[in-house]
Formats: sequence, C-alpha cells, structure tokens
Amino acid sequence: MTDPLWMVGIKAFLVVFGLLTAFAYMTLIERRLLARFQVRWGPNRVGPMGLLQPLADAIKSILKEDIVPTKADKVVFVLAPVIAITFALVGFGLIPFGPKGAFFGFDPWVINLDVGILYLFAVSEMAVYGIFLAGWASNSKYSLLGSLRSSAALISYELALGMSLLAPVMLVGSLNLQDIVEWQDKHVWLILPMFPAFVLFTIASMAEAARTPFDLPEAEQELVGGYSTEYASIKWALFQMAEYVHLITASALIPTIYLGGWKMPGFIPDIPYLWMFLKIALFLFFFIWIRATWFRLRYDQLMRFGWGRLFPAALVWFLVVAFYVALNGGKA
Amino acid sequence: MTASPGSEYLAVLVYIAVALAIGILAVVVGAALGPKKPGRAKLMPYESGNDPAGEVKRFPVHFYAVAMLFIIFDVEVAFLWPYAVSAGSLGIAGFVGLLIFTVLLFVGFVYEWWKGVMRWR
Repeated sequence: MTDPLWMVGIKAFLVVFGLLTAFAYMTLIERRLLARFQVRWGPNRVGPMGLLQPLADAIKSILKEDIVPTKADKVVFVLAPVIAITFALVGFGLIPFGPKGAFFGFDPWVINLDVGILYLFAVSEMAVYGIFLAGWASNSKYSLLGSLRSSAALISYELALGMSLLAPVMLVGSLNLQDIVEWQDKHVWLILPMFPAFVLFTIASMAEAARTPFDLPEAEQELVGGYSTEYASIKWALFQMAEYVHLITASALIPTIYLGGWKMPGFIPDIPYLWMFLKIALFLFFFIWIRATWFRLRYDQLMRFGWGRLFPAALVWFLVVAFYVALNGGKA
Repeated sequence: MTASPGSEYLAVLVYIAVALAIGILAVVVGAALGPKKPGRAKLMPYESGNDPAGEVKRFPVHFYAVAMLFIIFDVEVAFLWPYAVSAGSLGIAGFVGLLIFTVLLFVGFVYEWWKGVMRWR
C-alpha cells in the first residue's frame, strides 16, 4: 500500500521546503562553526545568535539585479540553475526516517523504490548537467574551465561512489533503502563488516558534494568562481543551494546505509526522525570540521586520487566481499 | 524484497514536478524583483576589467579522455549491479564469471594508467 498521490505531493513540498530551510541554516551553522574552529564568533548581529542571517541573505539575493551577460546563451543560462536545483532536491525523498505510517499515518518518505540506489545515482549524474551547462552557457573562459573541471571531478568520483556501494548491496541483496535499514536492524550496522566501503563512500561523497579537500570548483584563488562566475542574484544562490542539498543528502545517505538509518541497536528505543536527524547532524558537523582543518588538493592530485586509489580500492573490496558472499551462498 | 507497484513511479513524477516548480518559481521571482539597469560594462564577461580576449574554442583533451573512461567504467558498474543484488544465489560459478569480467576491465584500466591518461600536464 502506498500513499495517495496528493499526499505524495504534500510530502514532496514539505521535503523541498525543509531542504531549502535546512540549506539556509546550514550556511549559518557552517559559518558559526568555522568561526568557532578558528576561535572567533561567526555572524551574530542579525537576530539573536545570528539566527536571522540566512533570511537577510535570502532577501538580499532575491532583491539583487538579475544579470544575464550579453554573450551568454540566454535559454541555457537560465535553465542551468533550475536543472541543478531540481535534481539536487529529488534525491532526498528516498531516505526513510521511520517505519511505515510514522508520518501522521502516512509513510515517512516521499518515494520508496526497489531500485532506490540506482535512482540516487541517476539523479546525481544529472547534477553534472546543471554544472556543465552553466559553464558552457556563460560563454566565458573561467566559467567553461571551471565547469569542465567540476564535471570531470564529479564523474570520476561518481564511479568510486558506485563501486563502493556494490559491496553493502551484495550483503543485503536489495537496492531498496528500507530493506538496507531492516537488514542492519536484524544483523549488524554495515559500518562494522563494511568499514573500507564506508570510508571510500564517505570520501567519494565529499568529492561529490564538492567539499574540502575536493572543493576545486570554488577555488576562488584559481578560477574566480568556477562554473558560477557569471551568475548573480537568485541563480547564483540556486547553485549554492544545490551544492548544500547534495551535502545534506550525502550526510543522510551515509547513516542510512552504514549506520542503521533511523534505528538504534539493542536496548536503545527506535525513535523515528530523532536518531536520523542526529546522525545527519553528526556527519554535517564532520564535514564542516574537515573543511576547517584540511587543505585543498591540487586538480591533478584530485584526479589521480580518484582514479588511481579510490576506484581500484573499491573494486578490490567489492571482489573480496563478492568472494565471501559466493562462499556463504547469500546467508551473509 | 518489497514489491514496488507502478504508483511509486507516479510518486517520483510528482516529486520531480514539485522540485521543478520550486526551481522555476525561484528563478521567476529572482528575475521579477530587483533593479534592472543593464549596461555595456555590466553585461561583459568577467575578465578582471579587461575587454574579453576572444572566446574559448578549445580545451585540454584530458577532459574527453576522462569522460570516455567514465562511460566505459560506468558501464562496468552497470553490469555489476545485477550481480550484486543476486550474488547469494549465483554461487561460486557466478563469482568466477564476475572475476573474469572484472579482470578483463581491470587490464584495460591498468593499460590506461600505464599510458598516463591521468597524468595531467
């Protein structure tokens, strides 16, 4: 039994708005945390504890002049940020936050596909289109080079991402995220048997969300602003939004697959939503921490690391797990 | 394995439609609000104050190479997904088949690595 379509629409709306609010406050929390890491206060003037800062930023970026450069390809230039944000938003709805009916009698997810993980990959490949089209349509050297570099890095790490997910899928025997959470509840959190895959997946998803140490697209000192150089106003904000939504999705996906999702082991009660939100917060904190303390890779190092280390390592781990599963005949 | 009825895929369409509507709405609102005083200098591409010197016509062939390798190995991963889901029931024979397939592709990978496609100069 699935939810009626009108309910799906409402939930999709709630998830999208939740993600946009989360993005806004994520920027604030990131600035505040980075500041704390560097022993200073972050933005604390606009509203109590700076809580109205995201609102002020949003109003500013909406009221700014919306510039479309003369040399840009007008249609694609406008379309690219829409593509970027749309395909960033449609991944998150798969994540289960509780058991069936935990959302006022409805299901605590927007969509529940048997091929959930493949869907996530398809959606995140689409994000590359947004970036590449933005760089191409801007018709500026910096944008084009920035977008080429970003999309080449994204597809390279996409490969390692897919490779590292094969191993846990093999153990569970399903691509459905609910099944993966159930399996972990019955057996053991996948982080224990699948620790190498967990590490590879986390590194690759950091690169997917263009976070430090892989945040070359926004290496201000190198390529101005990467693919979004020519963008202003809300269109620029949409790219930022897409990037943060990717980060939030990654931070939700890692605990879903490797840390038992919304369930906790043993005597700890399974509270829908709460554990999941805490685990997401944990990973977001971790990513901000990395950003505050790590240097950035050079572009050639980035590509060599992705292809030469991450991808073969994921392949080897996949074969090891495949051998184990083949010997045990799927009894795990 | 839970069965996904077709209505789940209608739900995906609804979800995508909602996300797309929000994206379009944001762009429309952004375009409607704000000052509109375009000028020649303002609409020029960014070049640190200089007049833009020509358009970008060519870029390094590395990017093509990376894209081609990505297609090849993504096809490999696409072949590995079905194996991963049904690994338990395929047994040792399935594993040997998998091993032959991945080793073949890995030879290609080693060749590419040895040829230095990933050596950015």
